[in-house]
Amino acid sequence: MSVRQSLLVLLDAGPMHGYGLKTEFEAATGDVWPLNVGQVYTTLARLERDGLVSTETDTDGQKVYAVTEAGRDEVRRWFETPVAREVAPRQELAIKLVFAMRSPSADVADVVQRQRVATMRSLQEVTRLKADAEADGDLAWLLMLDALVFQAEAEARWLDMCEARLARELGERRERGTPPPRADTPAPQPIAERSS
Amino acid sequence: MPILEMDRAGRVFGSREARVVALDDVSLRVEHGEFLAIMGPSGSGKSTLLHLAGGLDRPTSGRVLLNGRDLASLSAAELTLALRRQVGFVFQGLNLLPTLTAAENVALPLELDGVRPRAAMSSATGLLESVGLRSVANRFPGRLSGGERQRVAIARAVVGGRAVLLADEPTGALDSISGEAVMNLLRQRCAAGCAVVLVTHDMRHAAWADRVVFLRDGRVADEAAPPGGPECLLQPGRVS
Repeated sequence: MSVRQSLLVLLDAGPMHGYGLKTEFEAATGDVWPLNVGQVYTTLARLERDGLVSTETDTDGQKVYAVTEAGRDEVRRWFETPVAREVAPRQELAIKLVFAMRSPSADVADVVQRQRVATMRSLQEVTRLKADAEADGDLAWLLMLDALVFQAEAEARWLDMCEARLARELGERRERGTPPPRADTPAPQPIAERSS
Repeated sequence: MPILEMDRAGRVFGSREARVVALDDVSLRVEHGEFLAIMGPSGSGKSTLLHLAGGLDRPTSGRVLLNGRDLASLSAAELTLALRRQVGFVFQGLNLLPTLTAAENVALPLELDGVRPRAAMSSATGLLESVGLRSVANRFPGRLSGGERQRVAIARAVVGGRAVLLADEPTGALDSISGEAVMNLLRQRCAAGCAVVLVTHDMRHAAWADRVVFLRDGRVADEAAPPGGPECLLQPGRVS
């Protein structure tokens, strides 16, 4: 899962405390991916070490985290790179789309299309392997490749569904004259407003 | 020279308030032996593109060239002849002749081209075998299942030395393994030098192609080609 980049997206909307990031992350993903607080602070420490976030201490002595310019670059890179089928757990894609909807640095339709092209390419590769396997009469390998094909197809169909939903949502918002879609949860408020 | 080329082709239906831009400034080149798949949501212009490519409809702007000849420059008779000799259509709802057996249906286009009946039947039977229909070659269409009829129609479209095959969702009613047999057949035709343009919703089938073009709102939105393909196909780019 891409907790790292997701936290950066949340911080892009304004500086936050570690605990606030945990609750925002869980709300954004519909509580499907609970985070433990330890994981959030470990991740934040690594982000700080890598220069992607900076910290300040507020009046209560609590650490407040803010995204740096390098952190924003990291977010942009994340949205521009399709999720690799072989290495990353599939959930990363769902998380990426959820956060693309609330990030000003991402065009969700582009994220979906980029992923579709990547999925199509890996499908083409597997299909070539299948044609070879068929010629060689390698049945076991063929069954394995079939499994990969149908998994990729499932992802592609899900992407179609995402795109259709987004198009509908955008159309409705345009009619109502409201801004482009964001996640259902309210955007995180800047720390200054919260403490007042 | 590409066998099929669309040069800034557009197709507009209706006028004024009822004006619908089905295809907008699309440029495509399909080489001999190339397998191209067209994907996109409903209403993105896939079928319109195929109709223009096959001379079944005319572009309202731009040109469609078959083997270097602008289809618009041909007389009706020349167009009919060019299409029958060079283009095979695999569209849904293309009916078989009910009074001919499956094999005779497939052999018919060859006989029209002057191939002797015995040789034509032999080619037809071979093709039916490659789509898993050897056992029903002598049945009449009325005694075939929907999927079998569809495969016979496909075999009829690809028989003979067509230079281009245009297929619109040819695997619609087929189960997975029959659908794959059809894709295999199209692939084999490519290996023999035929160009294939396949319109499909199904990514699994599009993956058989060398190149996949994504349409959106009548325009080419993106392309995908597998790594390791010809270098010129490797650059997914926006065509506008």
